[in-house]
Amino acid sequence: MRLVDEFRAPGAVDALAKRIGRVVTRPWRIMEVCGGQTHAIVRFGIDQMLPPTLSLLHGPGCPVCVTPIERIDRALFIASRAEVVLCSFGDMLRVPGSETDLLGAKGRGADVRVVFSPLDALAIAEREPQRQVVFFAVGFETTAPAIALAAERARQTGIENFSLLVAHVLVPPALEAVLGDPECRVDGFLAAGHVCTIMGLEQYRPIAKKYRVPIVATGFEPTDLLQGILLLVEQLESGRHEVENQYTRAVTAGGNAHAQSMLARVFEVVPRAWRGLGEIPRSGLGLRAEYRSLDADLRFPEGPAAAAEPEVCRAGRVLRGIERPTECPAFGSDCTPAHPLGAPMVSSEGACAAYYRFRSPA
Amino acid sequence: MSISHDTLPMGRVEFGGIVKEVCLAYVPEASVGDFVIVHVGFAIHRIDAEQAERTLADLALLRETPDGAGET
Repeated sequence: MRLVDEFRAPGAVDALAKRIGRVVTRPWRIMEVCGGQTHAIVRFGIDQMLPPTLSLLHGPGCPVCVTPIERIDRALFIASRAEVVLCSFGDMLRVPGSETDLLGAKGRGADVRVVFSPLDALAIAEREPQRQVVFFAVGFETTAPAIALAAERARQTGIENFSLLVAHVLVPPALEAVLGDPECRVDGFLAAGHVCTIMGLEQYRPIAKKYRVPIVATGFEPTDLLQGILLLVEQLESGRHEVENQYTRAVTAGGNAHAQSMLARVFEVVPRAWRGLGEIPRSGLGLRAEYRSLDADLRFPEGPAAAAEPEVCRAGRVLRGIERPTECPAFGSDCTPAHPLGAPMVSSEGACAAYYRFRSPA
Repeated sequence: MSISHDTLPMGRVEFGGIVKEVCLAYVPEASVGDFVIVHVGFAIHRIDAEQAERTLADLALLRETPDGAGET
């Protein structure tokens, strides 16, 4: 595919890996924030091309993985109501709640439907006015503008049987949570390219300055990832800590102003609980007062008691880059994509799923 | 990419052979034939072809100077 294949060219990949090898003189630990990048790194073996002193840590940027069990249980509870159609991205269906997952609920008769876009869920609400259509709104800044537009359309067109179970999270507060952790070992970040496509680069400058960490907005193809790593190690070796942009074809300093203005219209910044990281202040998006009539938490106020995350799952340590998936005793034995104990084994962006898929011994 | 206007600006985007209907509300500058980045059914960016070419030119330069000419 054009504008994809060129960024996978083997010659360029080798040249970048060699250049990184020449630049690195000391051990450095780099965290890629986005789960899409984690999968690309493991799939293409990018980590295995790097000098042994350079380690890649996998970050908290998998939206499915960081959605706490409380949100999953609430989705299950809402889905169990006879009048409800619960719409979700496919990744959420296998994420374990405290007793079952959405696929299990569907098997027992709940009307759970996978959609490609939140607009598809809105179309279902329009077609089936006698049903309550609830969209499970999970995701980072990349996904939230799509949800915001669906909310705005629902309000404008008076579709009253549509609501949102909101679990949106924001990247910069998660970086601060990782950096503020006493066990933090991160020297530099590859920032998630498509989050920066929406939000731009400015939010990262105060973090780079405060924590003295370089941050490079980076794309998803092999040469993007290696070039982002090269820019980071060049900064680290010369003692700089700036915000740079590797992904210039998709990221501008200001980001996407249309998407940002829709986000600001529909959402406000709220505290949010993260799986494995706990509650982080100002780390999520919630519906503004004018859009609260679309809030599924208010429309279906009663719900299950709060449940604890399963103790055996080490998702919290994996999501903070403290442990690798393969260090978990359950990895590949008690926990597999077919029988996951935690979200990172389920999601197409989860670190455990990436290692299981691309690194498991045959 | 081709564009239709119903109530929301929508366009048809081809992903390596598969064609999908995609919302263009966030890339009003997109026109037919552009490359766009799509996430959950929404185009979120029109690829800057000039910047893409510049990145590829940097990579080509790196391949031609494998010893890192210009480095200290």
